[in-house]
Amino acid sequence: MTTLNFLKKSQKGKIIAINTDNVPLKLIEMGCLPGNIVEVLQIAPLLDPIYIKVNDSYLSIRKDLAKEIEVELI
Amino acid sequence: MKQLKIALIGNPNVGKTSVFNALTGLNQHVGNYPGVTVERKTGTFHLTNDTKANIVDLPGVYSINPNSKDEEIALNAIFDTQNNDFPDVVVLVAEVENLKRNLFLFSQVKDLGFPVILALNMADQMDKKGIFVDVPALENALHTKIVLLSARKNHGIDALKQAILNFNQPQNTPFFDLKTVNENHFSTIEKVFPTKNLYKIWLTQTGVYPFEAINTTDFKANNLDLSTSEIKKLQQRETIKRYQFINDILKQTYTVNTSKATDLRMRFDRILTHKIWGYVIFLLVLLLIYGSIFELAAYPMDFVDGLFADLSTWASATFPEGKLTDLIANGLIPGLGGVLMFVPQIAILFFLISILEETGYMSRVVFLMDRIMKPFGLSGKSVVPLVSGTACAIPAIMSARTIENPKERLITMLVTPFTTCSARIPVYIIIISLIVPKTYLLGFIPLQAFVMTMMYVLGFLMALFAGWVLSKIIKAQRKSFFVIEMPTYKLPILKNVLLNMYDKVISYIVGAGKIILALSIILWFLGSHGPTETFGNATQIVTGKHINDNLSDEDLQSEISGYQLEHSYIGIIGKSIEPVFKPLGYDWKISIAVLTSFAAREVFVGNLATLYNLGEDAADDEAKIINRMANEKHANGTAVYTLATGVSLLLFYAFAMQCLSTVAITKKETNSWKWTFIQMAFMTTVAYFAALIAYQLLK
Repeated sequence: MTTLNFLKKSQKGKIIAINTDNVPLKLIEMGCLPGNIVEVLQIAPLLDPIYIKVNDSYLSIRKDLAKEIEVELI
Repeated sequence: MKQLKIALIGNPNVGKTSVFNALTGLNQHVGNYPGVTVERKTGTFHLTNDTKANIVDLPGVYSINPNSKDEEIALNAIFDTQNNDFPDVVVLVAEVENLKRNLFLFSQVKDLGFPVILALNMADQMDKKGIFVDVPALENALHTKIVLLSARKNHGIDALKQAILNFNQPQNTPFFDLKTVNENHFSTIEKVFPTKNLYKIWLTQTGVYPFEAINTTDFKANNLDLSTSEIKKLQQRETIKRYQFINDILKQTYTVNTSKATDLRMRFDRILTHKIWGYVIFLLVLLLIYGSIFELAAYPMDFVDGLFADLSTWASATFPEGKLTDLIANGLIPGLGGVLMFVPQIAILFFLISILEETGYMSRVVFLMDRIMKPFGLSGKSVVPLVSGTACAIPAIMSARTIENPKERLITMLVTPFTTCSARIPVYIIIISLIVPKTYLLGFIPLQAFVMTMMYVLGFLMALFAGWVLSKIIKAQRKSFFVIEMPTYKLPILKNVLLNMYDKVISYIVGAGKIILALSIILWFLGSHGPTETFGNATQIVTGKHINDNLSDEDLQSEISGYQLEHSYIGIIGKSIEPVFKPLGYDWKISIAVLTSFAAREVFVGNLATLYNLGEDAADDEAKIINRMANEKHANGTAVYTLATGVSLLLFYAFAMQCLSTVAITKKETNSWKWTFIQMAFMTTVAYFAALIAYQLLK
């Protein structure tokens, strides 16, 4: 078990839990939900933000947000 | 004539604006919601000969839970029945490619009780992407009318109009059953408020919008009160359940053959967000933008400038001599010219920016630059304003609109004028030629060019530094998060690009234009009027003084103009505030030139020329001015333009606001006199003290 910010490029993870208090509803509504698969497509040259695919949405989020999302590497 | 109100709603990047443009064409208006600077795009079109439709294009939203103040205000259009935009029918634009997320929004709007038409855009792409939609089955499952369209190719627009005309009344049964989220809580609500829309009560409780007046005692008595974190947990559960519900529907009606899906996105992304190539390409794009607004805009700008100069000359020659003619020729026409001169730059900049946004490239720039800009309180999106600020701060500040985070947007707008705009160039050239010797640095770098380059670097660094300071001072209105969508790459639609450009130009002319015009007239008045005994008798006094000097008519006229400017109200103000500028090393002539160039920096050189009795025409003859300035002496015989004065002036012009148009646009874009004033005060203070310190150290 780890958090999304530690995933390397092209690694996939299954979302286990989300820290609801620190994550905006927007991210959840985009499909960042427990049970969904998230894939890190790209990490910005300066290592932040990251570019992910989740629920068919392509998103860029900063690492401070990614660390609130618990994933299981698959 | 029958009138029908329509609201266009949808996720960002689904082509909503294309649908809006296809429906309304040029019959559209961009304005602000009363009292706030949230854009409100409305338009009209005919459904039939006797039915007119008023349509409002709401900003892109992912859900009806607003994520920003702007979305909140815009969504009020479908929340508040008293709102002017409150629709009879909602058209939800969705993209066939990410139907799941689009249907999430659809389910929410449907549950609010609206008749909703689902417009599936980019239907022409379905085959290529291996997507199949069973339209009748989906219509059945969603209890709605579906229209397949391609706004890009103008397909299906008539079908959409037909569907709007034949829209059905809403069905009262809710679409998604909230009781699956929490049986206990929602059954109780249903029992306590049997006649009300369950979803609206829930949205009232979550704080989205006060749809139904909830009697708190009814709530307490039935154990319906929830803590904030309990509400958030339920919202999350609702989201999961809604997605499950949608997944079940899509399983029956929607198939994607992934093998057919192209990997165009990944191929482009691999290059455009590459750790080296990404920045190289971005640099090239910047050069293109920069080159266009600088070089390309120069021709129409010169043309407009020349046109208004000619118009002014023509007016003063044609109309009878007098105050009114003077006002028209020297106040109104130059003021108008000052407004219209920037139109080419604004048009070109927004033409290019909307292409970058339409293609989806801008999101990649944000991704590349965000980490670099973050420490300065800025966002990846601040790069565009800061770079285009090197041409002109006006379009640059307007381009900050793309920044969603209010704090980052505000800081970007406040610091952008520090970047070296083209109006500073004439001032820099004159001063640098005066104080920097024509030698070579390290034997091959021309020193003057080096100093000029450093002025650009200085402006950019100051902008970053100011951003850092402001980010410590400004309190965030709400906790903001960085979640941006990386849209698919698309070819831009020329019509959208041109309409966007047109909007921005009109909004500049109307918004900033009136302030610029008003202030030019005030400055004209102060500069062309003065006390009668000196100003009014300038001709006699100067002629009398030079009676034996045998001056040519032209020289005499220059002497008179110089004398008039000195004794005009602005000259008197300039002289009286000389003590303020004295510590910076400026005499009264420089003080007047600085003061009059408050409206626009480029006036500095022209006004100095007038004050040195060179005649206004000399403003174009740099060698003549530089020569005259080099010989300018204080009363005690020491040179006025020393290294210390020069550096002091350079720093003052690098940092001081000195641009009315920017003040006007800041007021318009921030919608706040407070921030406009703070920006002006901040910049002037920095300019004053930088100049002061430089002069005192170097003199």
